[in-house]
Amino acid sequence: MIEIKDLTKYYGDLCAVDHVSFDIRKGEILGLLGPNGAGKTTIYRILTGYLRPTSGDIRVKDFDIHVHRTEIKRLIGYLPEAAPIYHEMLVYDYLDFVADIRGVESARKLDHIRHLADLCSLRQVMHMTISELSKGYRQRVGIAHALMGDPEILVLDEPTSGLDPNQIVETREIIRRIGKEKTIIFSTHILSEAEATCDRMLIIDQGRIVADDTLDNLRKELKQQSFEAIFRQLTQGN
Amino acid sequence: MQNIKHIFKKEFRAYFISPIAYIVISVFLIIIGWLFFSTFFLERQANLSRFFSLLPVTFAFIIPAVTMRLFSEEINVGSYELLLTLPVTFRDIILGKFFSAVAFVGLMLSPTLLYAVSTSLLGELDWGPVAGGYLGAVLLGAAFSAIGLLASSITRNQVVAFIIGMAVCFSLTLLIDFVLFFLPSGLVGIFQYLSANYHFQNIAKGVVDSRDLLYFAALTFVALYVTNLIMQEKK
Repeated sequence: MIEIKDLTKYYGDLCAVDHVSFDIRKGEILGLLGPNGAGKTTIYRILTGYLRPTSGDIRVKDFDIHVHRTEIKRLIGYLPEAAPIYHEMLVYDYLDFVADIRGVESARKLDHIRHLADLCSLRQVMHMTISELSKGYRQRVGIAHALMGDPEILVLDEPTSGLDPNQIVETREIIRRIGKEKTIIFSTHILSEAEATCDRMLIIDQGRIVADDTLDNLRKELKQQSFEAIFRQLTQGN
Repeated sequence: MQNIKHIFKKEFRAYFISPIAYIVISVFLIIIGWLFFSTFFLERQANLSRFFSLLPVTFAFIIPAVTMRLFSEEINVGSYELLLTLPVTFRDIILGKFFSAVAFVGLMLSPTLLYAVSTSLLGELDWGPVAGGYLGAVLLGAAFSAIGLLASSITRNQVVAFIIGMAVCFSLTLLIDFVLFFLPSGLVGIFQYLSANYHFQNIAKGVVDSRDLLYFAALTFVALYVTNLIMQEKK
């Protein structure tokens, strides 16, 4: 589904992503993990077409990121880290705008928005401006934004950050439910969450991949039971 | 095309959600109304030529205030990232925002049609220059909107965007005309051709010349094109 090859990104002299290569199969839930500043968000931003890579290739289905940027964007629903959105817009107006841009047909639009509002429990805030919402609601508007128009791939940058324990469980439930038919990449600092949701772990540190395997295989390989110990061992080596 | 429309709709609405639209429109009408009518009855002439001669300078201050938020605000709050990861091209974004600003300027200008109507009640108004003046006003508004949009795309600070936009628009209207005094006669023609005020006043006389139309089209195109380059460069 997604092939990333030798992806490198420099910000000036700083190397944020250093020759990263990995594949994601259709229907897979990939956990992209790593300490802050490891380069996760940069990878997302390149994949979603916000930043251009310094070098390297990304193919999504049959599309090349250097040529078919808009087609790739159409396939991907993206939740950025801080879910920053248009503060002065009403939640409904915002979702309506995203639905238009994502090409949801007008006959189906209202139903689709309703469906997402239910899925993300947004019904009671649809008439409020985004600036009035709490962090948790904002995050859920961001998730609804990512799901709009049923994209095949979801890129979720820390979807549960800032949520309370109930909301975290709900969000995880949403991810698992939609994950049955979609390809998902997501990151989180809660390792148990990654363990519960992801098929495969991709751990990066200082812009490089340090592990790319299922958790079971990582346990065997490193002879460690606790995921936390594995994570620390892999990302504190240098 | 569809996407340009959707972005246009969102941006145009955004003007009226925040108080900015009402403030800008009020300030514009107060300033231009005061400047125009304060001498209108002394001159005892039933025409709008004074109104149109004041318009470029007023636009140079007002339009950058209309356009300053278009990109700066998005870059500042981070919604720029969301916008760019939606399946839209730079062209869609730039044109959608540009047309929303032009539509806003058109709306801001529309109450001044009453000046024409009320003037025509007082005397024999020649409608030719009035029509030319409004055509010129829209073209000038479009060019200044494009410049304001460009200024907004280079900074996350709306105040900086306003000042840059205003400085450029102001230079294109008053400053160039002022500089003409000090230039050797060989250069006057060139500098005059660069002046937005000069071309606007030509159209406002009621003479619609392709050279003046071309000037505004070129100025608008160049500003939008440079905006596109800046967006490319930001990546």
